[in-house]
Amino acid sequence: MPKDNGIGASSKRREDVRFLTGAGRYTDDINIHGQAYAHFVRSDVAHGTINGIDASAAEAMPGVLKVFTATDFEGVGGIPCGWQVTDRHGEPMQEPKHPVLAEGKVRHVGDPIAVVVAESLGQARDAAEALEIDISELPAVMDMKDALTEGAAKVHDDLTSNLCYDWGFVEENREAVDDAINGAHHVTTLELRNNRLVANPMEPRVAVGDYSAADDEHTLYTTSQNPHVIRLLMGAFVLGIPEHKLRVVAPDVGGGFGAKIYHYAEEAFCTFAAKALRRPVKWTSSRSEAFMSDAHGRDHVTKIELAMDEQGKFLAIRTDTHANMGAYLSTFAPSIPTWLHGTLMAGNYTTPLIYVNVKAVFTNTVPVDAYRGAGRPEATFQLERVVDKAAREMGIDPIELRRRNFITEFPYATPVAVEYDTGDYNATMDKLLEISDHSGFEVRAAESKANGKLRGFGIAHYIEACGIAPSNLVGQLGARAGLYESATVRVNATGSISVFTGSHSHGQGHETTFAQVVAEMIGIDEGQVDIVHGDTSKTPMGMGTYGSRSLAVGGSAMVRATEKIINKARKIAAHLMEAAEADIELKDGQFTVAGTDKSVAWGDVTLAAYVPHNYPLEDIEPGLEETAFYDPANFTYPSGAYGCEVEVDPETGKVKVLGFAAADDFGNVVNPMIVEGQVQGGLAQGIGQALLENCAYDQDGQLISASYMDYAMPRADDLPMFTVDHSCVTPCTHNPLGVKGCGEAGAIGSPPALVNAVIDALQRGGHDVKHIDMPLSPDRVWTAMNG
Amino acid sequence: MNKVSMTVNGKAVSGEVEGRTLLSSFLRDDINLTGTHVGCDTSQCGACVVHVDGEAVKSCTMLAAEADGAEVKTIEGMANADGSLSVIQQAFQDHHGLQCGFCTPGMVMSAAALLKENPQPSEQEVRTYLEGNICRCTGYHNIVKAIMAASGQDVSVIAAE
Repeated sequence: MPKDNGIGASSKRREDVRFLTGAGRYTDDINIHGQAYAHFVRSDVAHGTINGIDASAAEAMPGVLKVFTATDFEGVGGIPCGWQVTDRHGEPMQEPKHPVLAEGKVRHVGDPIAVVVAESLGQARDAAEALEIDISELPAVMDMKDALTEGAAKVHDDLTSNLCYDWGFVEENREAVDDAINGAHHVTTLELRNNRLVANPMEPRVAVGDYSAADDEHTLYTTSQNPHVIRLLMGAFVLGIPEHKLRVVAPDVGGGFGAKIYHYAEEAFCTFAAKALRRPVKWTSSRSEAFMSDAHGRDHVTKIELAMDEQGKFLAIRTDTHANMGAYLSTFAPSIPTWLHGTLMAGNYTTPLIYVNVKAVFTNTVPVDAYRGAGRPEATFQLERVVDKAAREMGIDPIELRRRNFITEFPYATPVAVEYDTGDYNATMDKLLEISDHSGFEVRAAESKANGKLRGFGIAHYIEACGIAPSNLVGQLGARAGLYESATVRVNATGSISVFTGSHSHGQGHETTFAQVVAEMIGIDEGQVDIVHGDTSKTPMGMGTYGSRSLAVGGSAMVRATEKIINKARKIAAHLMEAAEADIELKDGQFTVAGTDKSVAWGDVTLAAYVPHNYPLEDIEPGLEETAFYDPANFTYPSGAYGCEVEVDPETGKVKVLGFAAADDFGNVVNPMIVEGQVQGGLAQGIGQALLENCAYDQDGQLISASYMDYAMPRADDLPMFTVDHSCVTPCTHNPLGVKGCGEAGAIGSPPALVNAVIDALQRGGHDVKHIDMPLSPDRVWTAMNG
Repeated sequence: MNKVSMTVNGKAVSGEVEGRTLLSSFLRDDINLTGTHVGCDTSQCGACVVHVDGEAVKSCTMLAAEADGAEVKTIEGMANADGSLSVIQQAFQDHHGLQCGFCTPGMVMSAAALLKENPQPSEQEVRTYLEGNICRCTGYHNIVKAIMAASGQDVSVIAAE
């Protein structure tokens, strides 16, 4: 029987009731009495010099309180970058200033120039039309390789070039990798682009700033995955507000996928303007604004070479990547193409020598940062594509080639600085072949052929690194933050529990999953445990939710804090039952004395903690509340095999995804229903990247995919039902729950599986197509087929 | 400013609105029914779907003035009279048909409109009908399952739980 409570149960999500009845509280649902409305006036050119701004007519418009420009932000810091990468030569990256409002130049379409604040949003928008902005357009820096040529226009005049950094990893391996490739039996080479994407959480970003002169306190309500990070970055680096005078609240967050990690100018603006105007100030992004102001994702151009011996054993990998940073450095942008990408280039394989070169480039585009997977999809895509191409060139079955090179002994130290603790890649591969009915593929392919269609099957096997840690290591790698997580477990007198976590949910169901963990440890009903998050005035300092870290890191903090609670409760129970503490056992919410029939209930112990009449006051303090900060020893390394079956219509080039199967190893699973939902959602985003989505600019830097009319979001009729399985379990060895991250896997493993499937279909149909860049639109597929 | 009056979730409401005020704005800002969400500005995402005189409508595409005199139903009016979740809402919870919850009000309203028109839709019919509702979290798998389950169909055969 499946469990109906605690760890391992598919508990229904408690947050659903409010979301299903319209009672959710998202940031845009917050309206503060007397609030004014901010409208951002943004650059409509990619690159230009601001000659002047005349706000006099706009300020005279009805309802306008003030028009803000860069001059209002003199003395205010820029939007900070949270990660400093050191280049191949030991030099720090080039780090340009990122002003709250554009100073002197605009650097991308959407760069904010001015903000009109008015009594109503309509009045602010009307007044924006009266704002006179004189801009001389400059040549747009768009192509990354062109941007690095001598004499190219510069995005930032005060930098030496458009190169942010030239990173080599592992630099000491460079020559050995070159030698191995030069001397190899066969080298497979692939050049590809990882297309630029827009995260597109369905809730657009919102910021509401409020200021209380009575106690000099600022409050920012914002759509954030990590309110404490925003408080630290904005308070310390931008506005100079001490943390005890700044509260950041992120209520229900309507999806994030990375785009709501970063500190954005609009948050700083609303906080600043609320004090300047002594009025609450609200900004709600439109979707069109989101396309040109939310950080984008991916946008890598890569050449990868894979060297093999006669048997197809991998000898060396060399990659050369250009990574687009956009016009400014978003909060974690420099870490994505480096530490979150280079460290994954071993994949699931025993390749002994790897060298990754990444040139990060400034262009006149929206800043690029983490999007679901963040660096790991880019690594997995190139690796799993080149392995498939290599299999074809070597005449070895792609599944067999992968198996020949799988890592089978753990722990395994890769040549790119990480140590995998556990995994069983043959098991996940076997499981995939089973759940995708791989053995029946040829029959299905023959049916397709009879119907004039080309059917193909593609595989990818991914490795992911989640819950980036430990803090002292990431500090050495350039992180300007720690990557621990916190939890306070507050047991109330009657035995119910409030857990305050630094993690935050933007759809992952933390209120349910976390309650399952704590309830299981004590043996009480989940309904007795409440999860509190998203408010810096309530929770201990925490780093938030991204990188599939919340259960592995945040959940572990909760386990540690709950262990402290149980240890103290055992002392109280021992006192109440006049027994030795060593004899006290806790099961199903009852403390018992081993070998006797004595027992006290959880509620009796908690009541004693707060009404300590019969209590060991000489030994322990009253009360039952504990905090833990958990800093993991290592990442977690989920892995899995993904299989995609497609049918290509040779007449039109249209690809139909007929089936998608995922066999993941996430270690132990707390709530299977939620884990499966995470995988399904990730698969949809990965299939979206591979088949539909593309953030496109023209050569002048105009964003030509700035609405849902032009940016193809996956819709229900683009996708099949998914087959997902997580029965292959190798528990993580270094967190107390044995769990691995599951939030990004779907988006990491699916793009290469889909592209491999389409190439397989075309090859089977007699078309010698070796690669097509994503998204695989009918036009691109048809063109590749008809060359 | 124009005066508009309508019935929302069975209650008579009225307000003064500008000619350009959208029904979605009226619902959210004037009568504080914030369950109806706005996720785009091109009438693509469907987070704002409500029922106007029994028809599913994207409320960001309709002026408040156009709804003068109409019967409007929003997500806040979808639960049973005793406050418990309706069959469709319960199916979304049972089958994990929502994650962040932002598209959910529009999905539930569209699902209700679909089942009224087609009480036993096939998987493909559900997917086709949802063309105007975008979800970024779920991959639609569990939304499709939830809607089919709400229609009384056995969903264990279309995908494993």
